[in-house]
Amino acid sequence: MAISREDIENAAILARIHLDDDAKTGLEKDLSNILQLVDQLQSADTDNVTAMAHPLDAVQRLRPDEVTETVQRERYQQLAAKTQDGLYLVPRVVE
Amino acid sequence: MQWEAVIGLEVHAQLATRSKIFSGASTTFGAEPNSQACAVDLAMPGMLPVLNEGAVRMAALFGLAVNAEIAHRSVFDRKNYFYPDLPKGYQISQMYHPIVGPGIVTIEPDDSEPRPIRIHHAHLEEDAGKSLHEDFQGMTGIDLNRAGTPLLEIVSEPDMRSAVEAVAYLRKIHALVTYLGISDGDMSQGSMRCDCNVSIRPVGQTTLGTRTEIKNVNSFRFVEKAINSEIERQIELIEDGGTVLQETRLYDADNNETRPMRSKEFANDYRYFPDPDLLPVVIDDHYIEAIRATLPELPDAKKERFISQHGLSEYDARLLVQNRQTADYFEQVSSRCGDPKLAANWVMGELSRLLNQEELPLERSPVSADQLGQLLQRIQDNTISGKIAKQVFEAMWQEGADADQIIEQQGLKQVSDSGAIETLVDQVLAEQQAMVEDYHSEPVEKKKKKKFNALVGQVMKASAGKANPAQVNSILQQKL
Repeated sequence: MAISREDIENAAILARIHLDDDAKTGLEKDLSNILQLVDQLQSADTDNVTAMAHPLDAVQRLRPDEVTETVQRERYQQLAAKTQDGLYLVPRVVE
Repeated sequence: MQWEAVIGLEVHAQLATRSKIFSGASTTFGAEPNSQACAVDLAMPGMLPVLNEGAVRMAALFGLAVNAEIAHRSVFDRKNYFYPDLPKGYQISQMYHPIVGPGIVTIEPDDSEPRPIRIHHAHLEEDAGKSLHEDFQGMTGIDLNRAGTPLLEIVSEPDMRSAVEAVAYLRKIHALVTYLGISDGDMSQGSMRCDCNVSIRPVGQTTLGTRTEIKNVNSFRFVEKAINSEIERQIELIEDGGTVLQETRLYDADNNETRPMRSKEFANDYRYFPDPDLLPVVIDDHYIEAIRATLPELPDAKKERFISQHGLSEYDARLLVQNRQTADYFEQVSSRCGDPKLAANWVMGELSRLLNQEELPLERSPVSADQLGQLLQRIQDNTISGKIAKQVFEAMWQEGADADQIIEQQGLKQVSDSGAIETLVDQVLAEQQAMVEDYHSEPVEKKKKKKFNALVGQVMKASAGKANPAQVNSILQQKL
């Protein structure tokens, strides 16, 4: 399966990344190659194979409903670009 | 043309766990901004989610309450989108293998027959944080305390046909989650929110019309108003030759209308895929049966019991079971005073009236169920009349005192001493000679009765309402 230029532009918007024309051309080729590899994998006959979520057949471990975290706001907020009154500040978003 | 509305609801109920669905941070409401957002909630690199057993148990409990199948294997998926109150860039949800399968609830909209509403499924997911759009140095403030709070999203089939039915359904879900104790159901704090899918079609048509989705409606009243205004809008639009667009809308309560949300540049493409950080959740029959054993008496069963055990009417029983606190309060009053009908009348009458008047929830009633039960006992043992009881109740409400204290303090004890009543009757007969003559000369039986009652009224007045009315009646009868 080949990927179109529109597919790439759409994916770039969804991923919030800017691509210039050269990058788009390169990606068209690279992503098409990847999809061809996927096609090849898809062609394997897996009718009698059960889907696997984990190689060791493990299942989700559950955690007891207990509060185990302490308040570390000051530490976390040192990493933020901007904070005020305990809030993380981000470029204005309008609904 | 006759139109029919088709409505389905997606109800988000915040689960009442102590900690978050994938982290050990606290879920307490109203904490300092970001004081309950840990490294997992903040999506720090390398952090991994670990599923909270409490959330799984609560979801399963809900499933059992609506007779749904609980999935022995469910899977978490990533729903990808960018918004600053969602630090990971995806919400962990369950798209393909939800924990609760199809179920059913019965609704009883006012004055109509009970109707089953199918539940398509219910799934677990995490809540997002909150964006504060007030001006913070020209920026938006983000509080991630709510990020990672467990939600149970309950998705109905499009089985409702009016706003009234939608509200009845929402009330039923609300009653269920609060009875089960899995959510506080407080819509004003956002613990329960609802998206309404609405379409219309000509009566008799079986295919569905194009639907719109009204997002995030947060009160019973707004659900009814939002749906009604949306139905009206769609009918007008179609009758004017237009077509309904499939879109997301918001309800504007000030203008009582729905408005389209600013359409994003591109249609939503959430690119769901199984979350590789979480393995399939596998639960066995043993676990499910252990949860089933903890199911409390649910509203429908409680209603039937109130009717059969307490002899209440269908209507009274239905109102009383609407929330668990009211039902429990009623039962306590009833067992204290021994008269369920009297207890029901007072809980739905005087008590509700004062609670509404002061906008208090039942939990904060100044008069406890035990205290009200004691007051009603005093009506039954003829210490006070029903009328005086209302006066005592108001005093209990104001002063927080017991009925007996108020009755004692204010000297409201009913006078049942026949000697004392006789004196009062004699006094009234002497003072009201005109009324007495009037009574004797009245030929019409019905009017005579009325005049008799007027004399009873005079005696009651003379006793400041404290004389036993039955005794006044019989003594007056003798004297006349």
